[in-house]
Amino acid sequence: MEAFTTHTGIGVPLRQSNVDTDQIIPAVYLKRITRTGFEDALFAAWRKDESFILNQAPFSAGSVLVAGPDFGTGSSREHAVWALKDYGFKAVLSSRFADIFRGNSGKQGLLAAQVAQDDIELIWKVLENHPGTEVKVDLVSKTVECGNIVAPFDIDDYTRWRLLEGLDDIGLTLQHEEDITAYEATRPSFKPKTLPAKVDAG
Amino acid sequence: MGKTLAEKVWDAHVVRKGEGEGANAQPDLLFIDLHLVHEVTSPQAFEGLRLAGRPLRRVDLTIATEDHNTPTLDIDKPIADLTSRTQIETLRANCREFGVRLHSLGDKEQGIVHVVGPQLGLTQPGMTVVCGDSHTSTHGAFGALAMGIGTSEVEHVMATQTLSLKPFKTMAINVEGTLRPGVTAKDIILAVIAKIGTGGGQGYVLEYRGSAIRALSMDARMTICNMSIEAGARAGMVAPDQTTYDYMEGRPHAPEGADWDAAVEYWNTLHTDADATFDVEVDLDADTLEPFVTWGTNPGQGVSLSAKVPSPEDFGDENAKAAAERALQYMGLEAGTPMKDIRVDTVFLGSCTNSRIEDLRAAADIIRGREKDPKVRMLVVPGSARVRLEAEAEGLDKVFKEFGAEWRFAGCSMCLGMNPDQLEPGERCASTSNRNFEGRQGKGGRTHLVSPVVAAATAVRGTLSSPSDLESAPAGTLTGIAV
Repeated sequence: MEAFTTHTGIGVPLRQSNVDTDQIIPAVYLKRITRTGFEDALFAAWRKDESFILNQAPFSAGSVLVAGPDFGTGSSREHAVWALKDYGFKAVLSSRFADIFRGNSGKQGLLAAQVAQDDIELIWKVLENHPGTEVKVDLVSKTVECGNIVAPFDIDDYTRWRLLEGLDDIGLTLQHEEDITAYEATRPSFKPKTLPAKVDAG
Repeated sequence: MGKTLAEKVWDAHVVRKGEGEGANAQPDLLFIDLHLVHEVTSPQAFEGLRLAGRPLRRVDLTIATEDHNTPTLDIDKPIADLTSRTQIETLRANCREFGVRLHSLGDKEQGIVHVVGPQLGLTQPGMTVVCGDSHTSTHGAFGALAMGIGTSEVEHVMATQTLSLKPFKTMAINVEGTLRPGVTAKDIILAVIAKIGTGGGQGYVLEYRGSAIRALSMDARMTICNMSIEAGARAGMVAPDQTTYDYMEGRPHAPEGADWDAAVEYWNTLHTDADATFDVEVDLDADTLEPFVTWGTNPGQGVSLSAKVPSPEDFGDENAKAAAERALQYMGLEAGTPMKDIRVDTVFLGSCTNSRIEDLRAAADIIRGREKDPKVRMLVVPGSARVRLEAEAEGLDKVFKEFGAEWRFAGCSMCLGMNPDQLEPGERCASTSNRNFEGRQGKGGRTHLVSPVVAAATAVRGTLSSPSDLESAPAGTLTGIAV
């Protein structure tokens, strides 16, 4: 994973709450077996509407999405994060993120920065009144800057550390493989196993 | 101090405790007892293993099935949609390569991943269960800690059989009283979500408690836990009891002999201690609950079926007001319209929320001896091939077919727009599934989430209806709806 320290880019105000992952990427795009190339799928239904914010310059070149509360609800599809990243987004700002979306973002180096709704409202006004204004997201100081606004954001320390260092989760866990093996030896015999299959499914 | 059920299951799976306390705590490393896999969220994870040269650590704790992309008609023919077919074939190749047990389309144990795990007896109390699917919360009905995960985590579990997780807060959902006839588990969970909101459960594991929950069957408890994610919760749980053990005993992968006794002894410890405290408690009165239905485009936008479509002005919060306005426009509804005046085009009975045998029985009991509204099409999609066989052995397929419904093969079907079963733009559907998001059931489709008995009554009348709206119920038909 690429390390993240700061990013500055055009802010995109998305004045909407409960942006679920079916909106971020409709299910029809989940049939692909690749991990990249989802930029066309991002907000695919909404992008058919010419007035949608990402269809307007300069927002179409945005890289910091500023969304309403409860962003990323619904399906666990990590494709939502891949689509945002593939389009060019580096950070999403919202006052509340769905847990799974937040987790998926952390794994993929997309910064999910939790910003108070009052600050989101102020940033929205700046971005709407001055389209093209850049937003600076600083993971070191945990602040966002937009125009004259400087606002703090929340992110858990562990995710922040992993993002700053660009660390691979599986590699980190496998450093503790002995602990996993030791735990496995203590599991009771009544715990089920999928193999051998105890059914004749033919 | 005592522990909650969720804390007990968590503590029993800690491989390595994270350092630090409170908000700055590092995540714990938890062992995963069962990893369920399907075709949509796994290809990139298998590819990750391959690229890193890593094996799948515990194939004996992993099982795969095909469900999201699969057609529910002509399942003996090649899948017509090429990208869907490629995804299914990729799963088959990956399972062969890594040695994962797979139940493919056409096999007797194929079906929706969350229906298959419990019916095989692989889902058991006190386990940690994960799957690259948010409705993994379903398995919490057994007192398991069951969570949906993203594809990076799928790969992590494949490689390590563990997950790094930060402890959750706990929320008790107390449902006391007795459900009235025609009111079901689906109505409980829709009412809970309307009460706490789609974000109300964020950061929490929910535990459903109280006399109304204890009275529910396992199928019904699964319906409730299934939709925990729609309240934003990472998981939902019900403490195991005799109902759980009766369901499990004799299932293919349930423990046997001395293992069964040892398991039950352990399972009996899996309840929240009397002196344990929850971070939050929410109460719901089962006695006064009515059939519930959604009017908007998220599962929290629901009302009693006897109510009217709300007005944006009913909401104090500006975001909720704007969301309601947008939802009414998308749904093509006018504020103040009685919900029961809303006419539907399609009724969908299926999905991991409501496609188990009791759901089919409850709906069949309503329609038996009645006629379908001729303008309505009804799809009945069993959750698994096994459920389909069971229903056919009971003659339920004949009831549905005589009524004029389509009797399909198992899969996710019209719950999500990934397979041929989709709504047309503007088409309105009473659906027993779990999400009424814009376009969820097909681009431009309009979804009202309902229980199986409301779905059945709606298919009779053509408008959103509860079983009590039906004229002169045929004798003996309302007895089986304890779901």
